[in-house]
Amino acid sequence: MTDAAILSVEQLTIRFSAVTALDGVSLAVAPGERVALLGHNGAGKSTLFKTVLGFLKPAGGHLSIAGAAPGSDVARRAVSYLPEQVVFPKALTGAEVLTHFARLKGVAPKAAMPLLETVGIADAAGRAVGTYSKGMRQRLGLAQALIGAPRLLLLDEPTSGLDPVSRREFYAVLEASARAGTAVLLSSHSLSEIENRIDRIAILAKGKLRAEGSLADLSRRAGLPIRIRVEAAEGRVEAVEARLGGERVNGRSVVITCRAEEKVGALARLAELGADVADIDIALPDLDDVYRHYSGTTVQGAAQ
Amino acid sequence: MTGIDRMAAVAATEFRLAFRNRWVLLSTLAFTLFALALAFLGSGPSGALKVDALTLTAASLSTLTVYLVPLMALLVSYDSIAGEIERGTLALVLATPLKRGELVLAKFCGHLAVLALAIAIGYGIAGAVIAGVHGADDAGLLAWGRLLVTAILLGAVFIALGMALSGLPRQTGTAAALAIGAWLILVVLYDLALLGAVIVDQGGVFTKTVFPALVLANPGDAFRLYNLALIEANAPIAGLDGLAHTLPFPVSSALAVLVLWLFASLAVAWALTRRIRP
Repeated sequence: MTDAAILSVEQLTIRFSAVTALDGVSLAVAPGERVALLGHNGAGKSTLFKTVLGFLKPAGGHLSIAGAAPGSDVARRAVSYLPEQVVFPKALTGAEVLTHFARLKGVAPKAAMPLLETVGIADAAGRAVGTYSKGMRQRLGLAQALIGAPRLLLLDEPTSGLDPVSRREFYAVLEASARAGTAVLLSSHSLSEIENRIDRIAILAKGKLRAEGSLADLSRRAGLPIRIRVEAAEGRVEAVEARLGGERVNGRSVVITCRAEEKVGALARLAELGADVADIDIALPDLDDVYRHYSGTTVQGAAQ
Repeated sequence: MTGIDRMAAVAATEFRLAFRNRWVLLSTLAFTLFALALAFLGSGPSGALKVDALTLTAASLSTLTVYLVPLMALLVSYDSIAGEIERGTLALVLATPLKRGELVLAKFCGHLAVLALAIAIGYGIAGAVIAGVHGADDAGLLAWGRLLVTAILLGAVFIALGMALSGLPRQTGTAAALAIGAWLILVVLYDLALLGAVIVDQGGVFTKTVFPALVLANPGDAFRLYNLALIEANAPIAGLDGLAHTLPFPVSSALAVLVLWLFASLAVAWALTRRIRP
């Protein structure tokens, strides 16, 4: 698996004078895999990207891109990057920006033009970038990153500021690239946004890798409780509480919490209550709870 | 060859942007108008002095060029690196196979093409008008051509200097301040300080030995001395420029100084760009 990885990061440590921005981070991304890097501002996401691009020298550890050192010719040809905030020259048209980057990457501009169609801004190809909306500029940025079918796409918070429709289309384009074999590493603030759109998640906090795995994996490992809210029939709340335990809320309902594997048992006990129960409502831990669980400073040892 | 292709892409984009921003138009207009204004204010006494109008204007325009060309050159280049950092495009550009040295050199070429075009058109139009109105002799045409070419060389020096200064800060605002500072010091204050020193020295050792070398060391003065020294001695020359005819160095040393400044500035720009973390 590691041999096949396009990006392989081992025990990477990056220091800025006194601050340790990345601390022993290991991560691998295989062709066709979409990996999301999650973390707060300052968690080290952008630092990791800049190291992969060869802009920062590691204080320790090792990383390779397509088997080559970061910043080398081989690595630069393999990688495409979309920074978090990029402002293309306002006076150039979308087609001109794309032409510029195609030439920098050694790709015939004509071959790159269909990418404007791919990201849905072909109609605006001849218009100055200054007239583009934020979403259109971001799409142009993605088109630029897709030039020459890179083997590794690095996208730094690519969807911040996009509306939900643009966001969905953005991930659809990524999925198509991944299916064609591109490895995608993107960073994001929000776990709920990337649900079902990403194969694997790595959570960074304060420069350390706190957790890594599929979303389902992470949810299960977090072991966050399920909340079941039971609304009792008229006048039966005491009886329900006596049978189930749990916590009484607002006079008619009882809330019980259980672990994922206890859920079926809890529901069986609820069924025995028969007509005493008016309604039940099951709340699974939400994705942001999972994220908070791993990235929070109160949780220790979650990485292992 | 791909390195050449990449550099051509960067230079072409810089050139295109300068056109779109109307920078080419405005600077060409500025060069044309200033040259014509000097020609028709300065051509009054030419009949009496029996000096060709083109030669006379070349002499006065070489003094104005020292102010105007460096200013325009710094304006076109001051945000070439800092601006890209601020807009986030430097990280993007350096993530491509483009090397940092290629970036510096290509941007320099793009900027220089813009400035050279503006100078060539501006001074070309003005020269043609003067020659058309007053006539021109060979010496005049030669002086004018020399002025035009060396003005472009002077512009190249200050474009490289502006790029070097642009590699220092991360904000365009700071880069602009540095560029203005460089212009003030090299073009205005340097000469004033030298003149002050000469007055204090009253014809002593400083005036005879150190002063000519210091004048020559400044790219603006080197440009002016080169042009004035080669213009016929009967054109009226005053002040600091009197040195043009008593210079204790060969005239070509002034050109060497300009070329030296150019390469030194490019080297500094390259070195500073290498250590940038975009």
